[in-house]
Amino acid sequence: MDFTLTETRAMLSDSLRRTLQRGADWAALVDLGAPAALFSEEMGGFGGAGFDIALVFEELGRACAVTPMLDSCVLAGGLLADCGEEAPVAAIIAGEAQAALAHWEPGSRYAPDPLMTVAQPMGQGWQITGHKAVVVNAPEAGLILCSARMPEGAAGLFLLDRDAGGLDLRDTPLMGGGTAAEIDLRAVPARLLHADASSLIEARIARAALAQCAEALGLMQAIRDLTLDYLRTRTQFGRPIGQFQALQHRMADMLIEVEQVRSAVINLAGQIDSDRVTRERHVSAAKVLTGEVARLVCEESIQMHGGIGLTEEYALGQRAIRLSMCDHRFGDIDHHLARFTELGRLTAETAP
Amino acid sequence: MDLTLSPDVIAFRDDVRDFMRAELPLRMTEKVRLGRQLVKEDYLEWHALLRQRGWLAGNWPRAHGGAEWSAVQRHLFDIEATAANAPRILPFGLVMLGPVLMAFGSEAQQKTCLPRILADDDWWCQGYSEPGAGSDLASLRTTALREGDHYIVNGQKTWTTLGHYANRMFCLVRTDPQAPKKQAGISFLLIDMDSDGVEVRPIRLIDGSAEVNEVFLRDVRVPVENLVGTENDGWTIAKYLLTHERTGIAGVGFARAGLAALKRIAAQERDGAGSLAENALFAARIARVEIALMAMETTNLRVVAAAAAGQAPGPESSMLKVKGTQIRQEITDLIRRAAGPYALPFQADALAPAGNTAPIGPEYAPAAAPQYFNNRKLSIYGGSNEIQRGIISKAMLGL
Ligand SMILES: Cc1cc2nc3c(=O)[nH]c(=O)nc-3n(C[C@H](O)[C@H](O)[C@H](O)COP(=O)(O)OP(=O)(O)OC[C@H]3O[C@@H](n4cnc5c(N)ncnc54)[C@H](O)[C@@H]3O)c2cc1C
Repeated sequence: MDFTLTETRAMLSDSLRRTLQRGADWAALVDLGAPAALFSEEMGGFGGAGFDIALVFEELGRACAVTPMLDSCVLAGGLLADCGEEAPVAAIIAGEAQAALAHWEPGSRYAPDPLMTVAQPMGQGWQITGHKAVVVNAPEAGLILCSARMPEGAAGLFLLDRDAGGLDLRDTPLMGGGTAAEIDLRAVPARLLHADASSLIEARIARAALAQCAEALGLMQAIRDLTLDYLRTRTQFGRPIGQFQALQHRMADMLIEVEQVRSAVINLAGQIDSDRVTRERHVSAAKVLTGEVARLVCEESIQMHGGIGLTEEYALGQRAIRLSMCDHRFGDIDHHLARFTELGRLTAETAP
Repeated sequence: MDLTLSPDVIAFRDDVRDFMRAELPLRMTEKVRLGRQLVKEDYLEWHALLRQRGWLAGNWPRAHGGAEWSAVQRHLFDIEATAANAPRILPFGLVMLGPVLMAFGSEAQQKTCLPRILADDDWWCQGYSEPGAGSDLASLRTTALREGDHYIVNGQKTWTTLGHYANRMFCLVRTDPQAPKKQAGISFLLIDMDSDGVEVRPIRLIDGSAEVNEVFLRDVRVPVENLVGTENDGWTIAKYLLTHERTGIAGVGFARAGLAALKRIAAQERDGAGSLAENALFAARIARVEIALMAMETTNLRVVAAAAAGQAPGPESSMLKVKGTQIRQEITDLIRRAAGPYALPFQADALAPAGNTAPIGPEYAPAAAPQYFNNRKLSIYGGSNEIQRGIISKAMLGL
């Protein structure tokens, strides 16, 4: 066992942290090679392993940076890479293009394979018709990947023709930063990337969930530090409020729980390339823990700040919102609790 | 023990229910139901409806123009009003200042101020908290120094709820900065918000709402007649007001209405082949909070009944504050979760007082996350839950 980072990863993590502290924008992160760290060498990157994803996103979270990294590089960009699409991947790594994945649909909640949206052959290509819900980063994305039901029933993966007619986006800002769109598709021309993409998409969502949990971990630490600072400096009743044992114990609990999340993220990063059931059990485990601890950290940190924790002006607010919103993507606590149990039955069945 | 309501109390409840059904405009209840921001006119319109019926001041004695309801009547009114999605009744004049003036105010103050509260001629705000004086309220530093027949007030108040609508503020100020104990030397003063030297600045909260303010006071001249009670004895009044602020603190009506909304949302939200209400895990979460609420309602009535029998609501009200706010916060948390991915879009326009954009996702989506965050305030204000636990351990447990 060795829990230290390799030298290259430690260097990347360091320079990311310093760059982000200086308030880096997207261009600066691209210059630093952060997107490249999320792709394998064959696809023109220099990483792409679970621990690469974990370290990049932990730093993004720590800085509360709002970037297209998760959607453009891990989720949609990752799928493009899985399908061997070298040119768009190169454009994403170079910061010349952004991508988004249109997968979930209105009313589908967190179902893995919603797909009321359908694909129909048209000449040499395909046409997609249906609706997609809360497609994160779609307003900024030139490359929109879209899942749709194939005529024989499998889940196909397509690249939409952004400029053709029939594609309607209703843009919205998101709680905690970023943008999304509700997408209406009426016979939108599209290129088929993969005719049976279910397991590909699931494995990609696993990596996106890893990225999200790692980002949440970074946010939790930033919030913990902010709260600790406040407890040391805010005085009431003639002393710093951090001297009240009622608050000390809650900070201690917060620390214990955040370390649990760190371990869950490490577990998931280490198993991200394992067999499906092992990998997905770790996805659900990390999502449950992250969701629960996110709520704890968000609520406790606001409470211990008092009124100031609720103001837009103070640094806590946006961090707390961004953190708690992690439970609204890729499945919430309950979704993953049920899934973890189900997957556990599968392992019990296949165990010797 | 007898848990049944007497026939006259049931008749009262039916009266209230009929009133809500007949009088509350749909436009108003829809705003409340969808979590849109209410503005001054909404509150005034609602108060006017109650005034016409003689129900605006349920807690006031008849002698002062109130309805003089029993504690049980107040409880039932609260439940019926929230169930009908009525706006809340603003507490500043009616629940906070009114009783203070009745107990401590001069005859002149009672004569001028109380009818104006009932008529909504004045909009009061509460100037207690300061940047350096939150939980430790007695450490407040705003000074009021006597100069002839005026006090000259200097300092800053903060978190002043709806202060931007107010024309008057009741305020705790330090009239004797040299007093040996910080609780001594505090006075209770009424300040006109349009006096020279008063400046109100909005504080935006994380849900995008603008309900609280900072109030800066620079050389504000306040006539000495605006002192309530005895100079330097304001702390007694401050504490008296806080016990009144704590009646109804359990928020049973809000919790009930919230739970009903939660159940409707869970039934509407699709989950797999069925609805979220049929999801065993989520159903269990709803059941837990409902069970807690059922017990808390009775705890509340037990405390209320003791107070009705002539005992003041004592440290038990701290119990109600902690449990009541936990339950309400749990309900808003579950509503946020229920909204699923549609809690993500930030739809300021759908929550704005006059916004008319169709929401993204179901109609309950826009308010789901903002209300969850906004309701974090429940365990912070009115004496934070930590302060309440401190009161319980001292006053109820003797620790
Ligand atoms: C939305 C909102 C509306 C408000 N409206 C008004 C208003 O209209 N008028 C008005 O005057 N005030 C108002 N308040 C102010 C409110 O009363 C204060 O926020 C409250 O008293 C807490 O003070 P604080 O925010 O300064 O937190 P602090 O007192 O600084 O507390 C910070 C943290 O320390 C904890 N703490 C403090 N002392 C102890 C202790 N001894 N033991 C253990 N823990 C402790 C607190 O519980 C809290 O968790 C409002 C506040 C909010 C958020």
